[in-house]
Amino acid sequence: MTETAQPVTDNPIIRVRNLRKDFPVGKRGRGRHVLRAVNDVSFDVMPGETFGVVGESGSGKSTIGRLLVGLQPATAGEIELFGETITGAHGGRSLARIRHKLQFVFQDPHAAMNPRMRISDVIAEPIDVKGGWSRKDRADRVAQLLELVGLSKAFSDRFPHEFSGGQRQRIVIARALALDPAFVVCDEAVAALDVSMQAQVINLLMDLQERMGLSYLFIAHDLAVVRAVSTRIAVLYAGEIVELADRKSLYDDPKHPYTQALLAAIPRPEVGVRKPPIRGEVPSLLDRPAGCTLCPRCPRAFDRCKVEAPVLRDVSPGHKVACHLYDGH
Amino acid sequence: MTDAAMPSSAADDPPRPSRLRVLARRLWRHRSFRLGAGIVAVIVILALAAPLITNGQPNAMSLRNRFAPPSAEFWFGADNFGRDIFTRVLYGARISLWIGFASAVLAAAGGALVGMASAWFRRLDGVIMRIMDALLAFPAILLAIGINAALGPQVSSVIIALASAYVPRMARIVRAAALVIRELDYVDAARVSGAGARRIIFRHILPNCLAPLLVSVTFVFAYAILAEAALSFLGIGPPPPQPSWGNIIAEGRDYSVEAWWIMLFPGLAISFAALGMNLLGDGLRDVLDPRLKVEA
Amino acid sequence: MLDVQNLSVDFRVDSGWIRSVNGVSFSLAPKASLGIVGESGSGKSVTALSILRLHAQRTTRMSGAIRFDGDDLLRLPERRLREMRGRDIAMIFQDPMHSLNPVLTIGDQIGETLRIHQGLDVAAATRQAVDLLDMVRIPDAARRIADFPHQLSGGMRQRVMIAMAIACRPRLLIADEPTTALDVTVQAQILDLLRDLREDIGMAVILISHDLGLVAEFAERVLVMYAGELVEDAPARTIFESPAHPYSEGLLRAIPSPDEDVHRLYAIPGRIPDPGNRPPGCNFAPRCELAQPACRASEPALEDVAPGHLVRCPVKLAAMEAAR
Repeated sequence: MTETAQPVTDNPIIRVRNLRKDFPVGKRGRGRHVLRAVNDVSFDVMPGETFGVVGESGSGKSTIGRLLVGLQPATAGEIELFGETITGAHGGRSLARIRHKLQFVFQDPHAAMNPRMRISDVIAEPIDVKGGWSRKDRADRVAQLLELVGLSKAFSDRFPHEFSGGQRQRIVIARALALDPAFVVCDEAVAALDVSMQAQVINLLMDLQERMGLSYLFIAHDLAVVRAVSTRIAVLYAGEIVELADRKSLYDDPKHPYTQALLAAIPRPEVGVRKPPIRGEVPSLLDRPAGCTLCPRCPRAFDRCKVEAPVLRDVSPGHKVACHLYDGH
Repeated sequence: MTDAAMPSSAADDPPRPSRLRVLARRLWRHRSFRLGAGIVAVIVILALAAPLITNGQPNAMSLRNRFAPPSAEFWFGADNFGRDIFTRVLYGARISLWIGFASAVLAAAGGALVGMASAWFRRLDGVIMRIMDALLAFPAILLAIGINAALGPQVSSVIIALASAYVPRMARIVRAAALVIRELDYVDAARVSGAGARRIIFRHILPNCLAPLLVSVTFVFAYAILAEAALSFLGIGPPPPQPSWGNIIAEGRDYSVEAWWIMLFPGLAISFAALGMNLLGDGLRDVLDPRLKVEA
Repeated sequence: MLDVQNLSVDFRVDSGWIRSVNGVSFSLAPKASLGIVGESGSGKSVTALSILRLHAQRTTRMSGAIRFDGDDLLRLPERRLREMRGRDIAMIFQDPMHSLNPVLTIGDQIGETLRIHQGLDVAAATRQAVDLLDMVRIPDAARRIADFPHQLSGGMRQRVMIAMAIACRPRLLIADEPTTALDVTVQAQILDLLRDLREDIGMAVILISHDLGLVAEFAERVLVMYAGELVEDAPARTIFESPAHPYSEGLLRAIPSPDEDVHRLYAIPGRIPDPGNRPPGCNFAPRCELAQPACRASEPALEDVAPGHLVRCPVKLAAMEAAR
């Protein structure tokens, strides 16, 4: 269980409590295992902020993003969006009520659009699903969205394959904004783009946030990219939050050994040899060990780490860590 | 506002040819496709133009001309009733081609329905696929005999029998494609926007399954034409005296030595039609394969 | 050891031939490390694949020369080139899942290289394979030798690829985006491994990546490619401390830093031209802050700006001369 004492300035638009997602693996009966992709995750997202979620493979970051927009059902725990609880028995109905406020930007610009649809139709899909818009209004909105993301409206009749990766990502963003959502999950939205495109799209996302008052859940594997956009950041490892802090605290004073390793591992354009900060790889999520999941790789592990899983606790205002090194007793 | 760094004005990109035009161009360049399309086109044109080229009476008998060998008057010779084989082959083309086409299209439609249902309703998947396996294992000839007995001897019985025989393979193709597409991001994007099953299936999944399905249709067309001949041999093809390639051959069976031309020419017609369709299908398959997706 | 002279590579498309790589020249000394940096469409991977002539023959046209120990690899008969592949020059790719045969054990696959090039029998090949797995730091090598690729993690598969590549102690290893598909913590490990192996075996390494940081840590010298051309050729330190070409500079500025906050990221305006659509004159001119009319009129040439530092930018060159 995690403590949730947290100074709240506004009311959070997203509240996640003890979120858990299990995937069954293997045949029924014997040999049936459970892969716990997300384990007891809790956090809030405030209006207008960008909440960064960082992790490597197996961290559960993409799963969390999908759980938040209802693409996957949660196994346990609570997700409350704009006051509606979308988990549990009546979750579906609640989700339907606030669906128009949520959107998702995908990682792969090549798979995120139906290759047989013109981009005007791609962008207008949320409008078409909702229904009730006149032809003219729809066309106007598409033109407006194209302009918003910096593309010429002369492109509306073209097909996705005619555009480059960066342009496609802009189209995906335009689609996400069609119904003026309040919350957008960006799942590795810039990971598949070239460096020069990344910067453009990140700037675009930030501009749009300012103009439209959007809140983002920004999922990434790159702490450098996350630094450029986020107000608060959660670091995930093997399905759990190991550190949660505002930007300044996280980067000035990263506490969890994994966060430190992640920061140290980023290749920096400076000449010089550095030793790899951490050995080993992310463990299999099939049979979680009893203690801390990082323990086998952690350079600072000690006895307690093997037997007891650490709990996410405040170590200073706005900075939580799940690590025995910082545990009072 | 947004970055002055924004790229793309319409002037930036030259107008790109439409997907259809690109596809058409590639198809035309493909040797097999050209050859296949040519053969099929010739056969279809001949079939359509039958009334103009011939005297328009495939069943006209003439005892005087029984077993006339191929000559200037009877290009393909005459059969045991003195009927002109050339005329019969051309009119037979209409029936046989129609059977090939209708069976393939019907099988595709049925297969799409079944395959899609299987891919969409995970829980039904096992059951549906086992039924398809059972259908595949069941001897198609027996099925055809059964349908013929139930519905009476007519062209539509043949079509229904053949279509049923080919539904499982179509279902498998659509199911495989649908399973892949279902996991793609653009389907999730539609779901996030609130799209229901109907929109996702008909707008996103099925249209993108068309390519492999289309290729299969061409191959099944060829199989169906051949199968029609087999059914005619068993007496359950299109009922005489209406000519089809299969039943011309069947009727000529007894005279295979003295009047070999009765079997030869419709046999050649079947071979060419099947060959043409196969080549066309090869071309389509090569051009439509996923390598096309790497466009931009 | 390796001397690439004016390499150009064209690919056949529907409408004719498209030039992917245009006139690339560079050389590599034995045991040196070289990084080739570029974004998509830069031609960096195409260049690397050309060294071992791995492009599809029918649809590719290569010109220029690639001299390895005196032999021109582009004109060598296929038989001799095959002997060299794996033995003298080895290559590892981005996604090990697609480079490894899923139905063979990793022992079989590593052994294959050894059996082909060194004529070892199965037992000897397997023994050496275990040694190689140790060399690439896979724990419990003797047991792992019987594993299939899907039983290994991404990082381990890449180590297996490296083991296969170094099996015959090649003199040149080409690594094409070897860590792009891996987690950043694993990436650091693999790079460290490559560094150590390079020393132990005494081989030259060409590291190709879109990630400048990665290349900075690893290579002694860096080539920057843009739209099929080499735009800068300099020692790693120089590229990162004082890049000469506006594109190199822009690229460095556009990388988000984990160590400081920025209000707004610098973004190079415009986008990379498609191979079929390269602008007249300098490829980078439409996006360049320093562009002059002359830049669009004529193609700039690669010139010395300092010993061992080449740049394809007459404007920058002139400015640096003036500053002297």
